[in-house]
Amino acid sequence: MTARDLIPIAVLAILAALLPLVVTASPVLNFLVFMLIVALGAQGWNILGGFGGQFSFGHAAFFGTGAYVTAILQLRWGINAWAGLVLATAAGAAVGWAIGFLSFRSGLRGSYFALVTLAFAEVFRILANAAPITGGAAGLLIKLDVRPANLQFDDRAVFYWLVLAFVAAVLLLTRWIQRSRFGAQLVAVRENEDAAKALGVDSLKLKLRAIALSGAVTALSGCLYAQYFLYIDANIAYGSWISVELLLAPIIGGVGTVFGPVVGALTLHGLGELAKQFAGRIPGIDLIVFGGVLVLAVAFARGGILGLLERLLGRGRGMVARGGKEVSHAGR
Amino acid sequence: MLAVDGVSKRFGGLMAVDGASLALEPGGIVGLIGPNGAGKTTLFSMISGFVEPSDGRILFQGTDITREEPHRRAERGIGRTFQIVQPFAGLTVCENIAVGAYLRHARRADATAKAREVARRVGLGAELDRPAGGLTVAGRKRLELARALATEPKLLLLDEVLAGLNPSEIRDIIPVIRGIRDEGVTILMIEHVMQAVMNLCERVYVLAQGRMIAEGPPAVVCADARVIEAYLGHGAAARLQAEGATHG
Repeated sequence: MTARDLIPIAVLAILAALLPLVVTASPVLNFLVFMLIVALGAQGWNILGGFGGQFSFGHAAFFGTGAYVTAILQLRWGINAWAGLVLATAAGAAVGWAIGFLSFRSGLRGSYFALVTLAFAEVFRILANAAPITGGAAGLLIKLDVRPANLQFDDRAVFYWLVLAFVAAVLLLTRWIQRSRFGAQLVAVRENEDAAKALGVDSLKLKLRAIALSGAVTALSGCLYAQYFLYIDANIAYGSWISVELLLAPIIGGVGTVFGPVVGALTLHGLGELAKQFAGRIPGIDLIVFGGVLVLAVAFARGGILGLLERLLGRGRGMVARGGKEVSHAGR
Repeated sequence: MLAVDGVSKRFGGLMAVDGASLALEPGGIVGLIGPNGAGKTTLFSMISGFVEPSDGRILFQGTDITREEPHRRAERGIGRTFQIVQPFAGLTVCENIAVGAYLRHARRADATAKAREVARRVGLGAELDRPAGGLTVAGRKRLELARALATEPKLLLLDEVLAGLNPSEIRDIIPVIRGIRDEGVTILMIEHVMQAVMNLCERVYVLAQGRMIAEGPPAVVCADARVIEAYLGHGAAARLQAEGATHG
């Protein structure tokens, strides 16, 4: 990675970190924290779906695992929340690897893979809804004990900075993926798996690594969700709402790009929040906005917002380049 | 170098390849010809690991690789191109070739340098930053060749790299293939363009209805009665001979 790769991420992270110094209203910070948690989970989805081309409809399986592992470890065994965060992330990787092993080894691709992940998430949801260890339908309430050592903070801004740090770290990770052999081979598998195999790419191993990494990042976001809201139940942690959120954000922002998931999460939740402000009496107006944005993105911006920007900028640049060429021809 | 020993492939009731054998010595270009549907591509897919043989053995440099995964064979040094070109359409030409180069070069800078070198060799030097999806047919064939070459193969399987090219494009690419051979890469090529086969191959194998029916220098094989019959139908050889006699 070069300085040119790192500077945009650093600038964005610093600007975002300054935000709580300007905005101190709780609802706004709440919105920002939730938006960043979704962005983090969506970054996880993007590693597998965006770079690897394996569209998962069940990333709730990882999000929920992260949330439940954190909560259960604290409540049943009194394990510290920070240690829980590490273990939750590891559990996400393990669940990812297991789901990947079962589905990729049987050669599931495309819509079949999507359906299988959806099924896994639903199975987890139903199990969590029934099992005593997850608190059944009543859910789990993490004990309020506001101490930084417990991963609970007095000031919402601190939690915001924490989530932001993780988002920035995953931006760096994604940039590294984009510049590495791992990333190049992953994209090759996305574009054409047989051709990649012929070039010596071990596609099964590669996809397993991608889904484990993806599961880890998304589980981390689930853990942070649990620690911020201090309550989870099966329909929150393993609900299809989160699977949809996590795949909408990268699709709107730009699939397989570094910033896409963050841009997408910000756009979706920003617009959703605005819609709620202006038409607060209509329940579910933000979901209608989500749907509308998705339709627009699919119809007019296949590469998401970033793809659209690149195309607009690229067209400008292309014209300049062509113009330059003509001049040089005339010169000769 | 490569020994295919009595390999068969059955797809349901169809015997696509039936006990075919061939042997390649290191160096040189060997052709694999035969009428459409003879099983040439299936045989290629078995050598490169995409199709598992129903029967028989495949040895590469003395090692049995019959049941090995395609990527392991690529590591061993077997490169292949696809008859229906398979570019990574969303990537640039350079990125496409780099995927092949990454097999032996872990670092991005090394892989990219290798990709550029290979691109120049096959005549894609000017298209490095173009999206692969925007290449012409001839460009895509070159890209197939470049990607396979970037894996630094010892044995290169070329599946109709000349098909769909016009005569001048074929003239351009023949020296490229010869250049690859001169660097010590063994080449096995499926080809329908007979002018190229005559030009390039030292030896050819003829596959018809899944069976190896002839083998030898191209000029000899083309005069073989069994080969003519395989292409033109039963009795064709005798008819040609009779015609030759009356004209002579």
